[in-house]
Amino acid sequence: MSKVNAILQGTLNWVDERFPLTSNWKAHLSEYYAPKNFNFWYFFGSLAMLVLVIQIVTGIVLTMHFKPDASLNASGVPVAFASVEYIMRDVPWGWLIRYMHSTGASAFFVVVYMHMFRGMLYGSYRKPRELIWIFGMIIFLALMAEAFFGYLLPWGQMSFWGAQVIVNLFSAIPLIGPDLSIWLRGDYVVGDATLNRFFAFHVIAVPLVLLGLVAAHILALHEVGSNNPDGVEIKKKKDANGVPLDGIPFHPYYSVKDIVGVVVFLMVFSVIVFFMPEFGGYFLEYNNFFPADPLVTPPHIAPVWYFTPYYSILRAVTYPLFGIDAKFWGVVAMGASTLIIALLPWLDRSPVKSIRYRGPLYKGFLTAFIISFFILGYLGMLGPTPARTIVAQICSVIYFAFFLLMPIYSSLDKCQPEPDRVTSK
Amino acid sequence: MKKFLTAILFAPLLAFAAGTELHLDRAPDKANDMAALQHGAKIFVNYCLNCHSASYMRYNRLKDIGLSDAQVKDNLLFTAEKVGEPMKIAMQRADAKVWFGAAPPDLTVIARARASEFGSGADWLYTYLRGFYRDENRPTGWNNVVFENVGMPHALWELQGDQIMGADHKLKLVKAGKLKPQEFDAAVGDLVAYLKYMGEPMAEFRKQLGVIVLVFLAVIFVFAYALKREYWKDIH
Amino acid sequence: MSCDDTVDCGRRRLLVATAAAGGVAGVAVAVPFVASMLPSERAKAAGAPVEVDISKLAPGQMMTVEWRGKPVWIINRTKEQLESLTKIGEKLADPKSDKNMQPEYAKNETRSIKPEILVAVGICTHLGCSPTEKFKTGAESGIDADWPGGFFCPCHGSTFDLAGRVYKSKPAPDNLEIPPHMYLGDARIVIGEDKKA
Repeated sequence: MSKVNAILQGTLNWVDERFPLTSNWKAHLSEYYAPKNFNFWYFFGSLAMLVLVIQIVTGIVLTMHFKPDASLNASGVPVAFASVEYIMRDVPWGWLIRYMHSTGASAFFVVVYMHMFRGMLYGSYRKPRELIWIFGMIIFLALMAEAFFGYLLPWGQMSFWGAQVIVNLFSAIPLIGPDLSIWLRGDYVVGDATLNRFFAFHVIAVPLVLLGLVAAHILALHEVGSNNPDGVEIKKKKDANGVPLDGIPFHPYYSVKDIVGVVVFLMVFSVIVFFMPEFGGYFLEYNNFFPADPLVTPPHIAPVWYFTPYYSILRAVTYPLFGIDAKFWGVVAMGASTLIIALLPWLDRSPVKSIRYRGPLYKGFLTAFIISFFILGYLGMLGPTPARTIVAQICSVIYFAFFLLMPIYSSLDKCQPEPDRVTSK
Repeated sequence: MKKFLTAILFAPLLAFAAGTELHLDRAPDKANDMAALQHGAKIFVNYCLNCHSASYMRYNRLKDIGLSDAQVKDNLLFTAEKVGEPMKIAMQRADAKVWFGAAPPDLTVIARARASEFGSGADWLYTYLRGFYRDENRPTGWNNVVFENVGMPHALWELQGDQIMGADHKLKLVKAGKLKPQEFDAAVGDLVAYLKYMGEPMAEFRKQLGVIVLVFLAVIFVFAYALKREYWKDIH
Repeated sequence: MSCDDTVDCGRRRLLVATAAAGGVAGVAVAVPFVASMLPSERAKAAGAPVEVDISKLAPGQMMTVEWRGKPVWIINRTKEQLESLTKIGEKLADPKSDKNMQPEYAKNETRSIKPEILVAVGICTHLGCSPTEKFKTGAESGIDADWPGGFFCPCHGSTFDLAGRVYKSKPAPDNLEIPPHMYLGDARIVIGEDKKA
């Protein structure tokens, strides 16, 4: 036994002299001190990593069988569409891998939305964690691009018309818009060229960017340390060895805790994959089982659920402004609604970070924001009617008011004093 | 402020109020009834597979519903030479377009595509296949209750007979077919069950496997949770 | 596993149990991913048995059919050719076909079910080239003055006799593969399937 240990130690020393293995292990796991009071909301960071791995691994296998080809086969079905059904039927276990990938796409957004909401609850974006938040926001944008590109690939009706609508958004940009959207498509309509380039973006370009950003996100986090539900800095109180009094090593404490979170997540994930992979038409839309037909738009077309809040904001803008039509301002509003989240670190003027010590003003605004976010998401799945448009407009105003008025209400708010140290529960 | 809150509160109700209802009859669930599925497969091959392909469905996959390769070869193999081939058709798409105005769609995943908030794809198909009625204004002489101005004539007409649309917007059978109404409904139920099976042949296996996976995850959960408790007992 | 004062036994037991369960889960997850790279139903359908009509194959002639994307030769050997097979035993690497390169029913001197009809996969057992036929005998073949007829692989020069047996001291290690096959009547062969299947 001791001989084996000696050989292992020797090997480790050999590696450590050439590669910072032990030092990185310590810096990021066994001697990375995380606050001991993490709660439920702190599972979603590691779960996002898990889903990223699931998507990459299943995606690699799907890439081996998928064909990004819009031409029709002998039965009159687009080759890309047929290749998805080929995966579902002819490839051994292909159905499982495809359902994992399609469920993983939605799971990614569930997890990331929860992760972002955690940041808002506990002020995790505040100084000195602004860059973590910025990296996170770019990850979120890249994720949306990744999901959008990927959604075209099955080449069903919703894939096709979704891409058609989103690419046409760019044509709203004055002067260069129309040419820009043609350049993006590589054709005058969404076609084979579009499918091929979206495939390239989906399987290579965006994943590379995502992986780099995730590394930056985590490096930035480990530079300044994690926030916690109390929003107080554990690094302010250290023991004689320089270890934060309220910190515990990430490994083993949070590694064993996150395993529990992972197992629970996998149970929910498996329920969807094995018992409701379409998830009532929200994860796999019914109309997407019709092959893309450039001549017929489906009667009811809506983006996948994770895009619907922003889609609602796009549709809510119905007034022309400064001599430019409403379409342009809708695109601007939609773009702004995603980008404005990145400004939170500078909009928030509250003396405290965590919702636990914030006053009623902030809590009220946050509640209104979350409710309007859900209503916008819900409306985005429905067709527009005048009544719905008015509701969407009200909710859009609340959405933006939450951010734009934040400098005022967050500094006026009556906060409670923060504790010195983290509290348990 | 109060008004505004009320507006927010009732917004979803208000917003949902609009939209047209589509009434669908509920298709019987025959997912585990092998005899019904086999009967449905036979109807599909005899009545649908002349114009519609099922080009992702291989004949030998029918072993899922209890048909051996030899049975398939003897009873169902009209459009292909080998049981490993998919259910293709000989009709040229260009010809079909001239005859019907649109090429008949591939039916492999039709039961998944026709699902909506009003019912499952099976419900839609069950209503559709029983919902043809005589309409002199249509080139084929047929119209349909859920698919207005449908291009397809009533393929199961011999079996069902002639229906007309009454003034009360209800269908009435005016000329009997080979099957009695209940027999026809049962036959369509079998056909729809087959179409549903064909849309996702692995569906039953998927659910069986899911149970095993969940049980196993539950076991891992017990270990993982105990392990977490064990480590965290030191942290106060 | 020994329990002493330095390790916490309850903790270690739980660690082992969790790791074992996780390991089983990992293997179980790996199975579908690994299996997904096996031939699909489409590939299997394309690799289905092939039926061949050999009624027009005259003695001394050879035909090639495709089975699983590979050339399969069917040769109707003449009496002289069959006789030549018995005379060259010492020049061959595996004259008795001891290596498992053929189904049991083809493990004989002619490596065939019917003596004159040879069915063989035309892929050299060295590195996968397809040998060319050299049916002409003697110096005319360009190989050897006493060449009895056979096959010559253009890639690395392996030579095979008319039963697909490889000659000694050649790069190819084994005789040509005899695929599973059976007769449906006198002149119809199914390649890729035999009676035991």
